[in-house]
Amino acid sequence: MRLIDIAEADAHEETRRIMQICNACRYCEGFCAVFPAMERRRTFTEGDTAYLANLCHNCGACYHACQYAPPHEFGVNVPQTLSERRVETYADYAWPPVMSQAFQKNGFLTTLIVSLVLGLCVAGMLILISPHLFWGIHLGEGAFYTLVPHTVMAGIPLIISAFVLVSFVMGWRGYWHHTGAKWGGMASLLDAMSASANLRNLGGNNAGTNEGCPGPDDRPANARKYYHHLTFYGFMLCFASTSTGTIYHYLLGREAPYGYFSLPVLLGTVGGVILCIGTAGLWYEKQRMDERVKSLKTLGMDYAFIGILFAVSFTGLLLLGVRETSFMGLTLAIHLGFVYGFFLILPFSKFVHGIYRFAALLADANERKQS
Amino acid sequence: MYTENKTSFPDLSETAWDIIVIGAGNAGICAAITAAEAGCSVLVIEAAPKDMRGGNTRHTRNLRAMHDEPTDILTDAYSFEEYFDDLMRVTKGVTNKELAELTLRKSSDLTGWLTDRGVRFQPALSGTLNLGRTNAFFLGGGRALLNSLCHHAEKIGIIISYQTPVTELIIEDGFCTAVKLENGQSVSAKNVITTAGGFEANLDWLAEGWGDSAKNFLVRGTPYNKGIILRSLLDGGAQSVGELDQCHAVAIDARAPKYDGGIASRIDGVPFSMVVNKHAERFYDEGEDFWPKRYAIWGRLVAGQPDQIAYSLLDSTGVDRFMPSVFTPIIDDTIEGLADKLGLDPVATRKAVDDFNAACPDGPIDQSILDNKATSGLSPEKTNWAAPIANPPFYGFPLRPGITFTYMGVEVNDRAQILMQDGKPMANLFASGEIMAGNILGQGYLAGIGMTIGAVFGLIAGAEAARTLNSTAQENKQ
Ligand SMILES: Cc1cc2nc3c(=O)[nH]c(=O)nc-3n(C[C@H](O)[C@H](O)[C@H](O)COP(=O)(O)OP(=O)(O)OC[C@H]3O[C@@H](n4cnc5c(N)ncnc54)[C@H](O)[C@@H]3O)c2cc1C
Ligand code: SF4
Ligand code: SF4
Repeated sequence: MRLIDIAEADAHEETRRIMQICNACRYCEGFCAVFPAMERRRTFTEGDTAYLANLCHNCGACYHACQYAPPHEFGVNVPQTLSERRVETYADYAWPPVMSQAFQKNGFLTTLIVSLVLGLCVAGMLILISPHLFWGIHLGEGAFYTLVPHTVMAGIPLIISAFVLVSFVMGWRGYWHHTGAKWGGMASLLDAMSASANLRNLGGNNAGTNEGCPGPDDRPANARKYYHHLTFYGFMLCFASTSTGTIYHYLLGREAPYGYFSLPVLLGTVGGVILCIGTAGLWYEKQRMDERVKSLKTLGMDYAFIGILFAVSFTGLLLLGVRETSFMGLTLAIHLGFVYGFFLILPFSKFVHGIYRFAALLADANERKQS
Repeated sequence: MYTENKTSFPDLSETAWDIIVIGAGNAGICAAITAAEAGCSVLVIEAAPKDMRGGNTRHTRNLRAMHDEPTDILTDAYSFEEYFDDLMRVTKGVTNKELAELTLRKSSDLTGWLTDRGVRFQPALSGTLNLGRTNAFFLGGGRALLNSLCHHAEKIGIIISYQTPVTELIIEDGFCTAVKLENGQSVSAKNVITTAGGFEANLDWLAEGWGDSAKNFLVRGTPYNKGIILRSLLDGGAQSVGELDQCHAVAIDARAPKYDGGIASRIDGVPFSMVVNKHAERFYDEGEDFWPKRYAIWGRLVAGQPDQIAYSLLDSTGVDRFMPSVFTPIIDDTIEGLADKLGLDPVATRKAVDDFNAACPDGPIDQSILDNKATSGLSPEKTNWAAPIANPPFYGFPLRPGITFTYMGVEVNDRAQILMQDGKPMANLFASGEIMAGNILGQGYLAGIGMTIGAVFGLIAGAEAARTLNSTAQENKQ
């Protein structure tokens, strides 16, 4: 069922119109994977436009290069149109389907949900934990759990994670069927993984020369790509930190907080710092990007997600800084609030771009092999 | 034409410019950069708003460059001799051999020069038209090339004034004393380089060569190349070169916009179709040769038909044989129905198709070679790829002549100086690009040579204009 407002749902039709122009022109075929994938088609079904949209990084190169961009009467704006089509696909594949709505005013909604969770967390802890504990100083192993039992602290995200995982799988399935993607074997998988890891389609040149995509104007720059790397790898390090923490807890029987030079804390600290820089950079690059390339329909979603990711990592670092002071309780509450909120909105946030992008890269790798 | 809200004009007349360049296309920006790099102060004046700058250059995709060995942009080799032979063949010798030779020889430096100034090319082998050996493809096309060049130009201090049409050059005895702007200002410089394109967007002027049929031409490129500067130069005593009706013109989709339809309005299906005029009569061999070799004659062919319109008819087998087109073909399940939708007489069209089908040989065609699958007993014959139009649904594309650019221009010498009718160079006027392409292209066309001519003569014009200034400065010092 498609719940998105029909009036807003013609991004597919606009993408189709534009791809028909691009396919007769093809001047941009050297920039990224989108154009070669387009050239493998003559007509564009909804599945095709969904696929192409999810291959696009919204870098803007093909806007600045386009001889048919406004004020030309063809009004070609590939980056903006594909952005709008992309968010349409997020809504289409959202699970449970009722959550399609979440992609309508996503920036507002995700901010609202995270704020609610945050409020609940802080208020809950303030109410449930006696003030002398909450504002007290706790040192050594298990300090966090004097405030919140481990079963609660880890149990909540575990339950959320199960839900998130199901949602991702269902979304992937929706995408895969709708776009008619085909599995191309291990070689394609490796190819898609490398494209995700090095963002080669955000290098401005299919030849792999990496001069960069447009920065604030049409000149090539690599800043956005590097900030994305920091964000992605920072996130991965934080993820590794949590995973090693879990291993410490269950296998080694050691309780957080861990020492400053323990593996979980080292990974988390480095990851957190990198993630903070990456997200701040992405925000900065986004706001100074050419207005004509951005889409108002996705900006809220983009900023909200970047902002929350920043908040999660920043409060994590803060917690590390104040964990031996009486502000530990409050900071822990805030950090947990952001973390839980973040987890909860994952399937209905910009996070899903990674899933569909990866699926698109996988299909693209296979298509390139076939052709 | 396109407008931006430009309310105030900086006073350009207050500065004593060394060099003024008129027209911010490939030829103009190449000239401006060369002159500025030689130390001159340069003002570029452009009629279009910034987003539409670069006239026809914004619609281009490649340039043709001589090279003796493979590079990262060009495959194999393209020798001077081969290039020269190609040029002689297409122009049938109507060219200034000395200038042609100069252009081809200097073309080998262009990709390097452009790359050094920020222009990016596609790697060798990836061009769609199999031109990867002879032609270097701009990454993102001509607009991207121009974006890079303009950034470089601004970085080295060149001022580009957009949305500033020039209305007239004041020329006295071959010396340009003033450049008149539409906004009322008058600017002047020691040297003036004219790179304002041809007159392809001036339908009245085209009519002088083509008669009334010109009103039905579609202009593939910029609406700004109206030939105002060319007219001014000719009125000021410049020697013209080339015939009025010589130009590059192709058959494009009749539904394309009047101006700026560009590459996407091109129709590639002619060789796999039958083409009729408005009376449902065929008029030329659609399968004479591979399309890239015949592409450029069809503009003229359609221009010669009543009302300058023709229709390319295909069936469902033929329609998948060529690159998709920007406009969806007109479709019907019957020939009569298609004719009706196209505005053709259904009975006459049915008969034309039946006659055509009956004359086609049996068996499948092979589009990868000149397959000699020719019609028999038709007039005119279709000599290759003749296959009946029999499998519904049927498809039709309406065709119109689309003019790319005109060849008549000003005569120049090997220093890009504009020559006067008495053969002497004008004192401070230079030219490059379409406005002088007719020196090399008397007729015919070689894909990619337009940009090559503009860049080569742009570099020469910029260097020569700077050199004459510097040598005068030297003399004054002594
Ligand atoms: C659709 C299309 C595709 C093409 N593809 C190719 C290709 O792939 N390779 C190739 O080599 N050639 C190609 N050509 C031809 C090529 O465009 C020209 O040869 C080349 O761009 C000419 O460059 P130029 O600088 O002389 O003119 P232009 O690029 O047209 O620049 C002239 C400039 O002068 C300005 N101007 C005009 N009048 C005035 C005035 N009165 N005052 C101020 N400014 C003025 C115009 O606005 C324009 O910006 C193509 C042409 C078209 C239309
Ligand atoms: S974005 Fe513009 S220039 Fe690029 S392929 Fe599409 S129509 Fe052509
Ligand atoms: S990735 Fe960049 S160049 Fe490719 S389609 Fe998207 S905006 Fe255009």
